[in-house]
Amino acid sequence: MFKYIKTLKTLVFLLCLVPLGSMIYDGFQQNLTADPIDELLHRTGIWSLRMLLFTLAMTPMKIIIKQAGFIRLRRMFGLFTFFYATLHLVIYAWLDLGLAWVHLWEDIVKRPYITVGMMAWLLMLPMAITSNRFMIRKMGKKWKRLHQSIYLVIALGCLHFIWLVKSDITEPLIYTGIGLTLLLIRIIHHFYGQRTVNQRKFQTR
Amino acid sequence: MKFKNTHKDHEVTDEKIYQSRRQLIKAGIIGGASVISGSSLALTLPKHKNNSKFVLDELTTEKDATTYNNFYEFGLSKSAPSKNADSMKTEPWTIQIGGLCEKQGKVDLEKLISNFQLEERVYRMRCVEAWSMVIPWMGFKLADLVKYCQPSNAAKYVYFETLYDPKQMPGQNGRSIPWPYREGLRMDEAMNELTLMTVGMYGKKLPNQNGAPLRLIVPWKYGFKGIKSIVKINFLDKQPINSWQAIAPQEYGFYANVNPKVDHPRWSQATERRITGGFSLFNSRIKTQMFNGYGDYVADMYKGMDLAKFY
Repeated sequence: MFKYIKTLKTLVFLLCLVPLGSMIYDGFQQNLTADPIDELLHRTGIWSLRMLLFTLAMTPMKIIIKQAGFIRLRRMFGLFTFFYATLHLVIYAWLDLGLAWVHLWEDIVKRPYITVGMMAWLLMLPMAITSNRFMIRKMGKKWKRLHQSIYLVIALGCLHFIWLVKSDITEPLIYTGIGLTLLLIRIIHHFYGQRTVNQRKFQTR
Repeated sequence: MKFKNTHKDHEVTDEKIYQSRRQLIKAGIIGGASVISGSSLALTLPKHKNNSKFVLDELTTEKDATTYNNFYEFGLSKSAPSKNADSMKTEPWTIQIGGLCEKQGKVDLEKLISNFQLEERVYRMRCVEAWSMVIPWMGFKLADLVKYCQPSNAAKYVYFETLYDPKQMPGQNGRSIPWPYREGLRMDEAMNELTLMTVGMYGKKLPNQNGAPLRLIVPWKYGFKGIKSIVKINFLDKQPINSWQAIAPQEYGFYANVNPKVDHPRWSQATERRITGGFSLFNSRIKTQMFNGYGDYVADMYKGMDLAKFY
């Protein structure tokens, strides 16, 4: 499956652009509901969250299917998470608020769901910047620690979703549940799972 | 009046009213006495004396106003009601009148409507979610209906209920709201000249997704006060608990007056996104007006009340 990693990566890359393409297409078709800004906010937000779950799913996939190649898709999903989150933020600040900075600041300070959303984006920013090979090599152990803040991002992202819903929180709870499941698989594996090849090598030495 | 009058009068008068009358008559909504009282065109209100002062801003397109709805009885998304509401049967329709009033019992909607003068009014509608529309409604004054019911002096509130029938309203199988949907008004609010019992919009019968066949429109309050598909009207001496107040009392009150200074705990009410129609991507927010701009008609009713407390 991962023999053709380059082809696979290209395919996944194009698939990740489909939500953006459909937004643009629906925009030209005037098919973004009566409130296009709200619709775009919802779609970019939900796709950012989905990309984040894909990112977090790669390690569990590796564990369950025993194919280390999944990890090679992780960075791309991570960057698409940031890409859709940035679109989300830009649409909110520019199209929705019309770049009214005072209003934006008030929202960030006064409205918890916007506070946590903004925090999630700010936490992603350094991860996105350091996602290239050069930074990975340069940062060494620090890199891993920095990128562990992704667990905080998923928590903040789910909270952002739960807090903005008017009454029925089923949908955000489903996403939260998936996030927790992915985390649980890691925890179980950490304590009870088979040791990976690397760890075994390390032991025999 | 301090309204910004960008909407030209002639855009919503003659032709439209003529059309609407014809359609309502065809639909059998204008019943009995009023039709007999002369040629159908004579029914047209003289250019709607009430109308012009309510014609304010650019109208929302009919498509937007009928495909972007909050009507959880037919699903939680904005597009669900227009897709699912066909399952509701609105003819015949009976209203149960009760509580502290003379008129008691069930009454056929068509017969009920024949007692009142219908008129077209263009109102702004401000949703608590901070978007708004401008819609030409067709209806009669709730005040007329209240007088018709002859409430006793003890009656201080009017209470409404939406149809409860999960077979017709699939959303009622879910638990997003304790069904049926409930709303209420203080008696003076019910008697206010702006408060409209609505049977039509854009010169046509109300589409199901907009609350056919009878709904409430209270233009100075958030949209959720405008209860849809009403089957029950009661006169009470105590303030009823409306649905959204029951769901989240810290976020939604009984009064729900549009107020830019009193924020929803989770979002600002200072501004709104006006939905006019067409593709309006660069459609930043506009300022929300106190009482949705209808202060001249309604502010007196709330004199001396702390509107931050009674939100």
